[in-house]
Amino acid sequence: MEHLLEQTLNGLQLGFVYALIAVGYTMVYGIIKLINFAHGDVFMVGAFLAYFGFTSWGLPWPVAVLVSMAGCAVLGVGIERLAYRPLRARGAPRIAALITAIGVSLFIEYFTSLNFVFGSDYRNVPRVLPDRRWELGGITVTNVQLLVLVTVLVLVASLQFVVYRTRVGKAMRAVAQDTDAARLMGIDVDRIIACTFALGSALAAAAGALFAVAYPQIHPFMGIMPGLKAFTAAVLGGIGSIPGALLGALVMGQVEVLTAAYVTTDFRDAIAFALLILVLLLRPTGLLGKTAPEKV
Amino acid sequence: MKRILAGFLVASLFALAACGGRSPAGRSGAGAETVKIGWIGPLSGANKTYGESAKRGVELALEEAGYKVGDLTVELIAGDDRSDSTEAVNLATKMMTQDRVAAIIGPVTSGSAIAVSAIAETYKVPMITATATAPKVTVNDDGKRKPFVFRACFIDPFQGQAAANFASRELGLKRAAVFYDKGNDYTIGLAEAFRETFEANGGEVVAWQSYSSEDTDFSAIMTNVAALKPDVLYLPDYYGRVSLIAKAAKDKGINVPMLGGDGWDSPDLDSATLAGGYVTAHYSEQDQREAVQQFATRFQERYGERPDSFAALGYDAAKLLLGAIERAGSTDGEALRAALQSTQDFPAVGGQLSFDEWGNPIKSAALLQVQADGSYKYITNVD
Amino acid sequence: MRKQAFAPAAAAAVLYLGLAWLRQAGFIGIYWGQIMDLALITTIQAVGLSLIYGFAGQFSLGHAAFYGLGAYVAAFVTRAFGGNTLTFALALAAGAATAGLVALLIGLPILRLRSDYLGIATLGFGIIVKVLLDNADKLSPVLGGARGMAGIPRLTTFHWVFWLAVLSVWLARNLVRSSHGRSCIAVREDEVAADIMGLDTTQFKTLAFVVGCAMAGLAGGLYAHLYSFLHPSSFDFLKSFDVLLVVVLGGLGSLTGTVVTAIGWVFLLEALRGVLGQQFLDWRGVVYALVLIVLMILRPQGLMGGREISLDGVLGRAAARGGAGRGAA
Repeated sequence: MEHLLEQTLNGLQLGFVYALIAVGYTMVYGIIKLINFAHGDVFMVGAFLAYFGFTSWGLPWPVAVLVSMAGCAVLGVGIERLAYRPLRARGAPRIAALITAIGVSLFIEYFTSLNFVFGSDYRNVPRVLPDRRWELGGITVTNVQLLVLVTVLVLVASLQFVVYRTRVGKAMRAVAQDTDAARLMGIDVDRIIACTFALGSALAAAAGALFAVAYPQIHPFMGIMPGLKAFTAAVLGGIGSIPGALLGALVMGQVEVLTAAYVTTDFRDAIAFALLILVLLLRPTGLLGKTAPEKV
Repeated sequence: MKRILAGFLVASLFALAACGGRSPAGRSGAGAETVKIGWIGPLSGANKTYGESAKRGVELALEEAGYKVGDLTVELIAGDDRSDSTEAVNLATKMMTQDRVAAIIGPVTSGSAIAVSAIAETYKVPMITATATAPKVTVNDDGKRKPFVFRACFIDPFQGQAAANFASRELGLKRAAVFYDKGNDYTIGLAEAFRETFEANGGEVVAWQSYSSEDTDFSAIMTNVAALKPDVLYLPDYYGRVSLIAKAAKDKGINVPMLGGDGWDSPDLDSATLAGGYVTAHYSEQDQREAVQQFATRFQERYGERPDSFAALGYDAAKLLLGAIERAGSTDGEALRAALQSTQDFPAVGGQLSFDEWGNPIKSAALLQVQADGSYKYITNVD
Repeated sequence: MRKQAFAPAAAAAVLYLGLAWLRQAGFIGIYWGQIMDLALITTIQAVGLSLIYGFAGQFSLGHAAFYGLGAYVAAFVTRAFGGNTLTFALALAAGAATAGLVALLIGLPILRLRSDYLGIATLGFGIIVKVLLDNADKLSPVLGGARGMAGIPRLTTFHWVFWLAVLSVWLARNLVRSSHGRSCIAVREDEVAADIMGLDTTQFKTLAFVVGCAMAGLAGGLYAHLYSFLHPSSFDFLKSFDVLLVVVLGGLGSLTGTVVTAIGWVFLLEALRGVLGQQFLDWRGVVYALVLIVLMILRPQGLMGGREISLDGVLGRAAARGGAGRGAA
């Protein structure tokens, strides 16, 4: 187990990026019980907006990221408004929303890969930070890793603040717990759902921008795998729970990196998902999921 | 009973479909005023960018010919296979049995190309893939040649050997780390040939590392590879993946020469990271041969960007096919096949080109060095 | 009873003769014939998922894995023992049996999971199978691994596909109408209540899962011998979504809905090629996604909404009893 510490750090970086995406999945699921498959594509759009902000519009990187987060918040609300709310209004079964989400995901991927939108090239993201690396007691640490760790910690702390210390956050938790009761209490449920999408999408955009710095190659289909992994992480941690999403994402990052480092790169996804199934069998609602009894 | 209605629905659908089709009479051969050429490749999905480049090359070649060959008018029928072998087979079947194409250029990716090659053999319509490098495209499992299948690119081993010889003989390097995508024939073929030749030259392959095309995080792999202290990295993948792998290597402090194949050749390559690296390529823009200069200038004029290797190969494939149609004086499958096979020293962008008995081109490669501004410096020619 | 069985059989025979004649005479060309075969293969696969999800309510996102397992096993058999009618039949049976057996083995533990968690577990299983197929060349070089498996004899014909599709639909219909089938529906509607009523829910869920996956395996075997080339990427999780959306679009709990949608969807996708023209080839994915979204918003209960196209209406009433307004899984 050479370089275990350094490998753990590699896994931490990956896990932190997954965490930002997973949080969005879990928030939406918590509130409307929808696996929002389009979330990974919002992540991709976030990466592209930050890229365009930085290269074409000449914005400083932090500003470009903020612009991208705002843009994706609007996108997230738009998706909710156009695709999911009509279904909710008609009392459609949840599976209809799920299929619609898959449709939205495909739409974003294929539409953005048209040449007059983003185009399908693998775009090379220019250096945001000068390449810096330090050797600390045999471990290599890069400034990008530090950037990822710090940004994610700050964002998650802010999210925690929003959810637990603000009126909107309180309303979100109320809607998640019991939508009908929340509505009776005078909460505008549609508005709260829109807020949830905005918040989750903004975080996904931030994740996309960080991803583009850490793995500087972006294209319209880049969201599929990270989206799927982050979603798996959210389920692993117990979908609907924000701390669960974080824990799941960190576990996922470590499993992936440690498998690649010490076992095999050929089977790394298989091992990650086998672990997921195992965890689900032992704890059917994930690591931190609520084990509420089925309502009869 | 309950299926009666469904049956009617289905039947009417089929009837509609049948109206579009024509009865399978004999292929209309020479004497027709237009000749149809099919093109198959990804125009949507994750590989769209490769398909588009290849298609641009084909279209440029046809435009140069004025969409004419002899006194025939050329019509190009393009189809999108999303790099999916099922769709590619459907398309090829449609083109060969319904549109009656004389030949097919493509598919772009090896999986689709292998699947379509069987259809080409069944209907005896020649196909020439511009970019599918897998040996199985032109050869059956039992080692027999598929007579109607050709390609315009190197097969995999050649570039790997050339890169390995350059690394050990010219650069004097001894410890190589080799990376390949286990889902991509192209990279496996190059990597295996590199390893064989490099070891035969007395070098040592210290890392033999696979990954999958969905991977973006190479930090774990690179941490391990850095400890093995290689003095050269061989990265025979397309530019998208190569840029990521190279970045991860630099992050882990691996600052050794990197070598690659023609897949690097793209304006989107991360040339800042890969500057100083070497590639085996189909041609060099500094090559003064007329075919090369003409192609590079015209492509730049027409599309406003530098051509990548997909475009160059697509261009060559289309030119080869037009040449064969002209020499055959016919669009009959068998005549066209024979004409393609007998191609001699065709002045293609990728060199003076002839086909060997396996339908693969015999041509040489150029060895180029990546410059920080994204251009390439010609180093030497390798055979 | 006899009369009821006779009419559908006669209808199938007439349909078969009609289609076979249209193909023989060239009114349906080779290309559309091939699309028809693919549509029928998709039907077999979708009917399988319809049993699992539409009737038993078990949310599976890994159907393509069983399709792939059946395809590879069947292809391996004909590659190993040569391609003739007998080995082909054996190969199809082996593919279906393998898919069913694997479904039994993984179904016993994971069918205890509920709803979305089951979906995720099956999705994970699908990805594991894809990775294993990617590395299958380590087991036997014939399987090709990530390079794909080539040289499979083209033995699938219209006759095979048509009658196996009819057989699958017939089997599914009988299963749904049997007491087992009613139990499955009971499990879908309210598992806890079914449990309390003394039904062995695990047994019924597993039965539907095994039969449904075996059908996917059968479809896979037919696919392998129609296209003569297999690649692991043809069986990834996106392909599972393809089948799922057919079943949902058709209306959960409607066999005829599944059949009509499976056929219609395959033809729609091919027709898009012709409709869009040469200038808009790259718009195909966009239009596909839009059609999907719009259909789902307009008909959230699916095209048939749990009803069956039927003259005798027996099945229609049975399914309509709990037809509308179900949640996902």
